[in-house]
Amino acid sequence: MLEIKDLHVVVEEDGTEILKGVNLKVNKGEIHAIMGPNGSGKSTLAKIAAGHPEYEVTKGDILYNGESILEMDPDERAHAGIFLAFQYPVEVPGVTNTTLLRESYNTIANSRGREELDPLEFDDYIKDKLELVQMNPDFLERSVNAGFSGGEKKRNEIFQMAVLQPKLSLLDETDSGLDIDALKIVANGINQLHGEDDAVVLITHYQRLLNYIEPDFVHVMIGGKIVKSGDKTLAYKLEEQGYDWLEAHAKVNGEAV
Amino acid sequence: MSETKALEAMIGEEYKYGFSTDVEYEDFPKGINEDVVRLISQKKNEPEWMTEFRLKAYRAWIEMEEPSWFNATYQKPKFDTLQYYSAPKNKPKLDSLDDVDPKIRETYEKLGIPLEEQKMLSGVAVDAVFDSVSIFTSFKEKLAEAGVIFCSISEAVQNYPELVKKHMGSVVPIRDNFYAALNSAVFSDGSFCYVPKDTICPMELSTYFRINNMNSGQFERTLIIAEDNSQVSYLEGCTAPMYDEHQLHAAVVELVAMENAEIKYSTIQNWYSGDEDGKGGIYNFVTKRGICKGDNSKISWTQLETGSAVTLKYPSVILKGDNSVGEFFSVAVTNKMQQADTGTKMIHLGKNTKSTIISKGISAGRSNNSYRGQVKISKKAENARNYSQCDSMLIGQTCGAHTFPYIESANPTGKIEHEATTSRVGEEQIFYLQQRGLSEDDAISLIVNGFCKEVLKELPMEFAVEANKLLGIKLEGSVG
Repeated sequence: MLEIKDLHVVVEEDGTEILKGVNLKVNKGEIHAIMGPNGSGKSTLAKIAAGHPEYEVTKGDILYNGESILEMDPDERAHAGIFLAFQYPVEVPGVTNTTLLRESYNTIANSRGREELDPLEFDDYIKDKLELVQMNPDFLERSVNAGFSGGEKKRNEIFQMAVLQPKLSLLDETDSGLDIDALKIVANGINQLHGEDDAVVLITHYQRLLNYIEPDFVHVMIGGKIVKSGDKTLAYKLEEQGYDWLEAHAKVNGEAV
Repeated sequence: MSETKALEAMIGEEYKYGFSTDVEYEDFPKGINEDVVRLISQKKNEPEWMTEFRLKAYRAWIEMEEPSWFNATYQKPKFDTLQYYSAPKNKPKLDSLDDVDPKIRETYEKLGIPLEEQKMLSGVAVDAVFDSVSIFTSFKEKLAEAGVIFCSISEAVQNYPELVKKHMGSVVPIRDNFYAALNSAVFSDGSFCYVPKDTICPMELSTYFRINNMNSGQFERTLIIAEDNSQVSYLEGCTAPMYDEHQLHAAVVELVAMENAEIKYSTIQNWYSGDEDGKGGIYNFVTKRGICKGDNSKISWTQLETGSAVTLKYPSVILKGDNSVGEFFSVAVTNKMQQADTGTKMIHLGKNTKSTIISKGISAGRSNNSYRGQVKISKKAENARNYSQCDSMLIGQTCGAHTFPYIESANPTGKIEHEATTSRVGEEQIFYLQQRGLSEDDAISLIVNGFCKEVLKELPMEFAVEANKLLGIKLEGSVG
């Protein structure tokens, strides 16, 4: 589904290289976790896959269903089924959650040749999704993320994911800032949404999210590269030993960290 | 679609009202002097008092200096080469739509303003002003049944001289300012509305202004009078063809609300704004003022200002009656090289008077957008209240937003609150919405509509949708 090949990425403004040759392959039905210390390039990887304009690919490629998406605008990637749950969801004052979601849903439905939903049909459609993240219906009439607590913002991202039903979900530190109850709700939501036809990439600092969502693969990213991949036991090892042993390993391989 | 084509499509979409209509005009001398003023009056077959009013205004105007205190720079209009009266040649004033020049009718059709009553938005009466003259007023009979007079100001001068004489110049005096004086001397047409006592006007009233002639200025004059216990809602819309030369639009609007009366005045201003480099576009220099004359009266101004090269406009309310209420809801959008200096004045004279100001300024391109507002509480205005909120939004890096609030209170019981914010539509915000599937233009449109929501909801229902669309079109392609 997603294939990242020797990806090199710089910050467009100053040319700082963030990703230094990332390789990653994600198949349908899989859950991948990408872990790593601050500044290792995890979030950049998610953002560049979604088409963030701040970054520029200098080498390598991102293939989605076998085709390069580098030339696609962010909205085109969204239409193709790529979803990014933001680490810092953005506020849009004056625009209600329902308004945004209906517009999103219908734009995407339209691009895929599906029926658009009118406001009444849409109301019915999103009710179930709301329960999934245990949010109060009042929430629909509030402005997108404006005045939301950190936890509410993160739950809202998963709610949007539930409504838009993406094929590839990139969840950028969706667990950070959540208390344990909210974490369980969010994890439960993700588990329920995930199936055989879609893939999930979790970006996280902590192993604790992986107690609730079981990844098929765990990758460790350091210094703009994936330095180690394994199964979920790798996450336990990281929890116990930190990243030091891997950083040393990365240096041995001749990379400045 | 190739990039150039996409770009062309977008530019084409940008100002779809920019066509001009090829009609024959009556000959009229250019420039201004007493003879020209007399000639306008004569053309309109006006009574002596009206001619005198004009001459007095003209004499005041020639003594006045053109103001320059606002935050905008532009080439001054050339008053001696301007044409002050411009009327399509054929047809005197008409009662039947069949008499309207088909080309002009077509113009209004193109603008989406059908003049046939059965095709109109239900519940909206329209007065169509083409250059200097009113072309047609719809639903006249239906309004007459309710006792409401809605006609062109020229007709009002002929048919209701006492009402016009009593109120014209009572809110905006001849000498009020440079452009008001000029308007008083040369105004050509505009709308007149009179709502009698105890009457709620049964439909929305609307005037559609169109400047067509390249060299003419448009000086319209609107007068709305709401007697005791009456209510009326009025909307004006404006468009003009695209010309390289600047055109002057200097209107005067006067509103009079008597006891318990309520006037709601809405504007959707979409005059041609000039091109990328500031070539062409309308100078929109208007004086709009209402007086809450009676106790418990209310005047609301709602404006959506998207067009014009330069806008200088401060719709104001004089709160004379006790417990009277003044409101100003404004969205001003500037893009390209547009300059807008707009706001309001709330003059509190009566006791327990209340005013609310909500202003949303949006700047994009290389434009400049200023809010300028005055709140004045006089000595006798016990317990006056004002709440002002001025929010500015910047799109891109090359535009400007400014706020100039003036607050004066001569009464210690007065309460004035002022809040102001400035925000920037960021790359991150647009990316977020694009990630949710919206195109860049739809993303900006959604952000801007959200920002203006409080104001847009004040527009009459029939026009809210149009307003939303207009904002979207106006800002298309405004981010890199």
